Amino acid sequence: MSGFYKVVKTTDEALQGLKNGMTIMVGGFGLCGLPEGLLKAIYEKNITNLTCISNNASIDGFGIGLLLEKRQIKKMISSYVGENHLFEELALSGEMEVQLTPQGTLAEKIRAGGAGIPGFYTATGYGTPVAEGKEVKTFKGRPYILEEALTADFALIKAWKADTMGNLIYRKTTMNFNPIMATAAKYTIVEAEEIVEPGELDPNHIHTPSIYVHRIIQGKFEKRIEQRTVSQ
Amino acid sequence: MPLTREQIAERIAQEIKDGYYVNLGIGIPTLVANYIPSNIQVMLQSENGLLGMGPFPKEADIDPDLINAGKQTITAVKGACYFNSADSFAMIRGGHIDLTVLGAFEVDQEGSIASWMVPGKMVKGMGGAMDLVAGANNIIVAMAHANKEGESKLLPKCILPLTGVHCIKKIVTDYAVLEIRDHAFHLVERAPGVTVEEIQRLTAGKLVIPNHVPEMKLG
Repeated sequence: MSGFYKVVKTTDEALQGLKNGMTIMVGGFGLCGLPEGLLKAIYEKNITNLTCISNNASIDGFGIGLLLEKRQIKKMISSYVGENHLFEELALSGEMEVQLTPQGTLAEKIRAGGAGIPGFYTATGYGTPVAEGKEVKTFKGRPYILEEALTADFALIKAWKADTMGNLIYRKTTMNFNPIMATAAKYTIVEAEEIVEPGELDPNHIHTPSIYVHRIIQGKFEKRIEQRTVSQ
Repeated sequence: MPLTREQIAERIAQEIKDGYYVNLGIGIPTLVANYIPSNIQVMLQSENGLLGMGPFPKEADIDPDLINAGKQTITAVKGACYFNSADSFAMIRGGHIDLTVLGAFEVDQEGSIASWMVPGKMVKGMGGAMDLVAGANNIIVAMAHANKEGESKLLPKCILPLTGVHCIKKIVTDYAVLEIRDHAFHLVERAPGVTVEEIQRLTAGKLVIPNHVPEMKLG
């Protein structure tokens, strides 16, 4: 009777099956809601040639920045990558491929991927470099471009609270891309701040239902702050 | 005198109405929040997943789990809520935001905007800008009228790669408030002490000047 017990003890177990050349989704917006420990584990495992779908590329030497240091990523799909200097170098030298995608389109491509929808039409990006090579269709007089869904082999998710079955709750703006990415991968691996028994989380307050989650590991988070701004 | 960044923000804040849901971009648009009159209620949307953004926190209240789209630490107001990125852009793309304020490199007389990419320079990405201009009916562009070399940023046709086509209807610059319609910039207001001739000289696109151009009213 442990069919729904998804907690693993080690990052090796958590990332079992992750191989060179696979596609990963990484939750987080900047450093907020980032699965820090899982990224560090990939860095230590020498897995390379990854395609990484993540809104940003973290910062130098932290989060996804670690994977860039060891040249483990061959392609990034992101909406904004301005905070990472090594990223800039790798992109300009052509060492790493970068596919910039409007943030809302990126989110919807992932949502669609998880929901079994292969593509959708959006006005976002019509008439811009983003539309190059994409089908255009007019609805009620307005042109839209066809965008295709995204899925991944692994999704690396950061949750605030998880129960051992994989029901998840996020805290504040750490939610961002995490719940949609959790739906769009073959293996969804959750790094949680706190793991509790089934029944302890109020079913009314679950953000990600357990069906999307495959493995859960207890995390330990540094939670770095990118822009520390205060009011006087 | 042309307006300061703060004064541009102050003028834009006059466009905000009681009960508006507003998305403010990075740069001058962020400053608009400082000039929202205290007698109206406005909810600020931050596209990373917050509706009801408050001011920056006190040092003791900093929470790494609570940031805005510029990755700055922030607070949430009473009645705020958090949501995922797909929901956030459903609000934006679905036309639920009452007012969007964003910056730009160039705007043209057809209402197209370039704001994310300068060829030859590092491309950092468009973030949510393309979704915002595609989804909002009510967009105000906050920008300098001319660049540092004195070249107009209000053009017959954008030169830089576009963020969106035919989507901008209103601009507030350091020199003027302008509306875009019928393939032209229409001068609505001028900055205090700035002449219509100066604005004409700094506007490369077609500029329609009415007989009377009032000065902006600032506090």
